[in-house]
Amino acid sequence: MDLTRLTAAELSAALAAGEVSATEVTRAHLDRIAAVDGRVRAFLHVAADSALAQAADIDERRRAGEVLAPLAGVPVAVKDLFTTIGMPTTCGSRILEGWHPPYDATITRRLKRAGAVILGKTNMDEFAMGSSTENSAYGPSRNPWDLDRVPGGSSGGSSAAIAAYEAPLAIGTDTGGSIRQPAAVCGIVGVKPTYGGSSRYGVVAFASSLDTPGPLARTVLDAALLHEAISGHDPCDSTSIDAPVPPVVAAAREADVSGMRIGVVTELSGDGYQPGVLSRFAEAVELLESLGAKVTEVSCPHFRYALPAYYLIAPSECSSNLARFDAMRYGLRVGDDGTRDAEEVMALTREQGFGAEVKRRVILGTYALSSGYYDAYYGKAQQVRTLIIRDFDAAFGQVDVLVSPSTPTTAFPVGERVDDPLAMYVADLCTIPSDLAGNAAISVPCGLAPEDGLPVGLQVMAPVLADDRMYRVAAATEAAFTDRWGHPLLAQAKGLPS
Amino acid sequence: MSTIDTLVPFAEAMECYEPVIGLETHVELGTRTKMFCGCTTVFGADPNTQVCPVCLGLPGSLPVVNRTAIEYTIRIGLALNCTIATWCRFARKNYFYPDMPKNFQISQYDEPLCTDGWLDVQVGEATFRIGIERVHLEEDTGKSQHVGGATGRIHGAEYSLVDYNRAGIPLVEIVTKPVEGTGADAPDVARAYVTELRGLVRALGVSDVRMEEGSLRSDVNVSLAPRGSGRWGKRTETKNVNSLRSVERAVRFEIERQAAVLDTGGRVIQETRHFHEDTATTTSGRSKEEAQDYRYFPEPDLVPVAPPAEWVAQIRAALPEAPPERRARLRAEWGLSEAEMATLENAGAVEKVAETIAAGASPSDARKWWLGELARKANDAGLELAGLAITPVQVARVAELVSSGALNDRLARDVIDAVLAGEGTPDEVVAARGLAVVSDEGALNAAIDEAIAAHPDIAAKVREGKVPAVGPLVGAVMRATGGQADAARVRQLILDRLT
Repeated sequence: MDLTRLTAAELSAALAAGEVSATEVTRAHLDRIAAVDGRVRAFLHVAADSALAQAADIDERRRAGEVLAPLAGVPVAVKDLFTTIGMPTTCGSRILEGWHPPYDATITRRLKRAGAVILGKTNMDEFAMGSSTENSAYGPSRNPWDLDRVPGGSSGGSSAAIAAYEAPLAIGTDTGGSIRQPAAVCGIVGVKPTYGGSSRYGVVAFASSLDTPGPLARTVLDAALLHEAISGHDPCDSTSIDAPVPPVVAAAREADVSGMRIGVVTELSGDGYQPGVLSRFAEAVELLESLGAKVTEVSCPHFRYALPAYYLIAPSECSSNLARFDAMRYGLRVGDDGTRDAEEVMALTREQGFGAEVKRRVILGTYALSSGYYDAYYGKAQQVRTLIIRDFDAAFGQVDVLVSPSTPTTAFPVGERVDDPLAMYVADLCTIPSDLAGNAAISVPCGLAPEDGLPVGLQVMAPVLADDRMYRVAAATEAAFTDRWGHPLLAQAKGLPS
Repeated sequence: MSTIDTLVPFAEAMECYEPVIGLETHVELGTRTKMFCGCTTVFGADPNTQVCPVCLGLPGSLPVVNRTAIEYTIRIGLALNCTIATWCRFARKNYFYPDMPKNFQISQYDEPLCTDGWLDVQVGEATFRIGIERVHLEEDTGKSQHVGGATGRIHGAEYSLVDYNRAGIPLVEIVTKPVEGTGADAPDVARAYVTELRGLVRALGVSDVRMEEGSLRSDVNVSLAPRGSGRWGKRTETKNVNSLRSVERAVRFEIERQAAVLDTGGRVIQETRHFHEDTATTTSGRSKEEAQDYRYFPEPDLVPVAPPAEWVAQIRAALPEAPPERRARLRAEWGLSEAEMATLENAGAVEKVAETIAAGASPSDARKWWLGELARKANDAGLELAGLAITPVQVARVAELVSSGALNDRLARDVIDAVLAGEGTPDEVVAARGLAVVSDEGALNAAIDEAIAAHPDIAAKVREGKVPAVGPLVGAVMRATGGQADAARVRQLILDRLT
């Protein structure tokens, strides 16, 4: 039995039954990482020693008869912008190279408490700004479907690790699509929970009003298990919602869409979408209809302004959030040779420590917040945000969930868009509206685009705190497609030798 | 580097110009923990020992609002007759400075918690109503210490040290509306306002307002316009004026300086200025015309603050007596004239006297000790009364020992000296030093016999009815008892014996 091929739910059952030990499971995944990560480059840091120590502790406690949480002994990979005691946290940036945070993010703490074994930290676009991991200061990760293509981003290290069977579960963050887009192009499941449903404490901020931690996994049920383990109110995060976690695991198990009203968003299709993406999406919609859902078309007229609004709001917040990287207290320090004052050292450090995309957004955001421009840019973008929220409200008045393709295209080749920021930004066209509105959304595989044989994702969007609804739809889709294909989609990935 | 400013004498300046003043006062709240984290706020701890990921602004950390700080700010707002916002937000004020952990300060911008109030202040016979523009809440920065260099400022320093203990301490900013029509009273009005505000904040129990520790600091805005012009001039903002006297002197200096600029046809530059305690002058800081753009925007890490009306009503109901009413009540209760009350206030003794009376002393005893002996001690030691190492309860005990006859005035002063020197409570000092009036009849009678025997001529005069002649006999007995006798009682005993 190859333990790396099991889902988290299967591992959980085998561990609970004593069929395998956490140490064996952890070792299998560390071996897999050692074998393939030189090509995939999903990890920035592999924490083999602490993972094995954690696994040994779980095994010990299980032997002692302790009743453990479902994920106890199940490995998880963590995006490198969650703070972790005992591991570096770089955010894919030079400016944080070598920084060892003195505290754990709430989600890191919850993972440890649940007994999930942290394998290491995954690659990402610098400070989560990008859709390909090519903005990582440590080089891009590769898509296990085709190593010459990107795994999406910014949580591309997490999606690649899962698609390459280096981990059954991973944590990412979604600010403009940074979980769903890499999940879609790697043929796995990615979830952006309701904003405030998962704690941001200890998540190095890109855009505070948008950043949403969430799970990536190979199955909808696995995503739900991780979702449940990391969610719930956190008093350390003021924007955390003090409400019960939606019953996502139960919904993933039910996987029933009969009688559900599903809306196809008119504005998220058409020009600019790859034909194979649209045909797979249409097929998924037909499938849902055949499963008993009532499908209608719903217009969300302001979605067309989502991308420009996002590229004002996110850079504005990031220009302020990233101001703290000034060489004074931690991280990189450049030019402190006794001849320069603090201001010059700050400037030199930021000049050398930040990559081009981060600088571009800091400059954009600084401009958008400037006196005299605020109303025209940041203020206007916030108005658009309100209109998008109203579009969602109106739509959810008519249907239970909304669906669209997760991305306009499949995975693109490494290098293709690095010099064309706008082409890169368009990768998040379908995912950004839910970030702006704060509602929940999931990407689930819905087949391969005929023209390139690469995975396509179906996005299901649910109202705020109704995350369980989208799990129900995604799980039904997954079950029906797996039946039709005779195997999970990922079994067709050919980029890596198994 | 700095040039000497030409000044116009104040009275002369007042003949030609009309000042408009404004004050922005920062008060550090006395909450147990910081504004956005659980770190303690005790003053004077070792540098960088009261810090955590949040107040150090470490990557990933997030702020959580201290509810008590909101309550205290509402208390201040209500006491200043402000409207309390039903919904408001924090905002980020962005600028780079090494003592700002995040390189932005969480503050409030266009949505302050309290707006549009007033505070009445008294200067001589006149009452001035100072309009309050806003009261808002923000976090304090760390404290930089620039080592080397001539100015103590960052430029020219060899290196700088930063202490983040202060970073994140809740700070309330109270901004007045422009104050017009004060004329030559402007410096006194400014001082009276800060004095009154300090008393109010103290009475509200929201801050210990120690100006010397920087827990209350004012920025003083001054502009001048030609009398009768109906216009306002360009204003300067003098930063961090840290004593009541300095507030008054900063206003006075700016009036004299700006008048000189205007007299020579010059233009007052709208700028930030620094106040110098030693010379009572101000010098130019950075020019406001090239001021930074703070790029304020709503703080996305915090949810809006929406104080429920019932909560605000509860806070209002629990407000302590306002200082002017309390003053009137205490003056009546203590039977003081206006002048006597003012003396107490100027000496900073009102609270001490009130507490001493509450501990059982009579109003006249409490006043006598705090304005007399203790004021002298404080003055000698260069302290405020509050800085003396004696509590009102201890002062009340000393007064009680005197009125019961256990101590005379001279012994009482010795006891107070000993308490101030840290020798213990009054009762401990009395016991340890054996400082008690000699009331043992046997010992006193023996001393009296001796005195009469030693001064037969005086004794004879007293026997003849010349009672005032008894003094030297009393003196002899007092000497013999080492001063530890009640002189009045000694006198009576001698007279009983001889007449």
